[in-house]
Amino acid sequence: MKKVLVLLLLVVVGYSLYVPLSQIEFGADRMGSIENPTTVGAYYLSKTPSELSVANVITAIVVNYRGFDTLGEVSVLFLAATGIGSILYRRRKEGEHSETISKPSSQLLQAGAKLIYPAILVLGAYVFIHGHLTPGGGFQGGAIIATGFLLMMMSYKDFHMNHTVLTWVESLAGITFVGVGIGGLIVGTTFLENFMPVGTLNDLFSGGIIPIIYVAVGFKVAAELAGVLDTLLSIKEN
Amino acid sequence: MVLFTIAIIILAVILLAVAVYAVMQKDLLFATIATGIISLILSVMFFLLQAPDVALTEAAIGIALTTIIFVITIRNTSRREDEVRITEESQAAEIDKKIKAKI
Repeated sequence: MKKVLVLLLLVVVGYSLYVPLSQIEFGADRMGSIENPTTVGAYYLSKTPSELSVANVITAIVVNYRGFDTLGEVSVLFLAATGIGSILYRRRKEGEHSETISKPSSQLLQAGAKLIYPAILVLGAYVFIHGHLTPGGGFQGGAIIATGFLLMMMSYKDFHMNHTVLTWVESLAGITFVGVGIGGLIVGTTFLENFMPVGTLNDLFSGGIIPIIYVAVGFKVAAELAGVLDTLLSIKEN
Repeated sequence: MVLFTIAIIILAVILLAVAVYAVMQKDLLFATIATGIISLILSVMFFLLQAPDVALTEAAIGIALTTIIFVITIRNTSRREDEVRITEESQAAEIDKKIKAKI
């Protein structure tokens, strides 16, 4: 019975996907031309370099045109991290180590982690600082930095994140995001309006509020994910 | 162009094979590693299909973070799929007994 229901659901989903997609010819160009934009996608492609001076159009859409959605996404991640922390976080006593890492990791992993850890942090910072110029951005850079912390946590038993610092970084980054948004409301007319000078295309300092917001998002995501991983790794077996 | 299409098709076939393996595998650790491999292939495919932003996200979150979170969870619970069911059933039976004893 259950399997029949699952199959029925799959058929319904497949049919409802097939009907709208069957109208479109495979590989058809539905964007219109960039010079004469007819769809919103073509509008973004044509207006982003001239109006916002942002080379990476995806960043302009994520942070500027759809900035409010990004704020929602960041809040969802924050809520998820808070939920995990409130269920699993346990204040560590003085000089106590996480018990789940029972064996010390091998010499090879420890030496390699020490070597590659700063490089991962620099790569993550590069990805979110250059979010408006090259592919990548706050979420990607933050996740890369969190993997760097994860490598150190797995290699060294004594390596722990300081949750007070993490909380402060996360809060300040979130406040920066919302503050910049409210700044748009004060100086301009709408929330998250780009009120700063946009500069010239392909410069590091260009794009107005976009780099500021993406750096804030990068710090926030890195702090949240690192906190979640540290909490998960220090679960004590009962 | 033909080479590109062939590469995409080969990657997609490997992706499907690994996905089926991940679903069928009873050892959850192997299944988790298989999902990590799925993310790796997906990230390469995203890059080939000119979506480097998504490829970066998939690489950082799909390959590293999700896999590690699943591995941590497996270490704290049970490694085999059938074991989980047995322990769950026995736990449920114990809870039933306790409730009946209280009543």
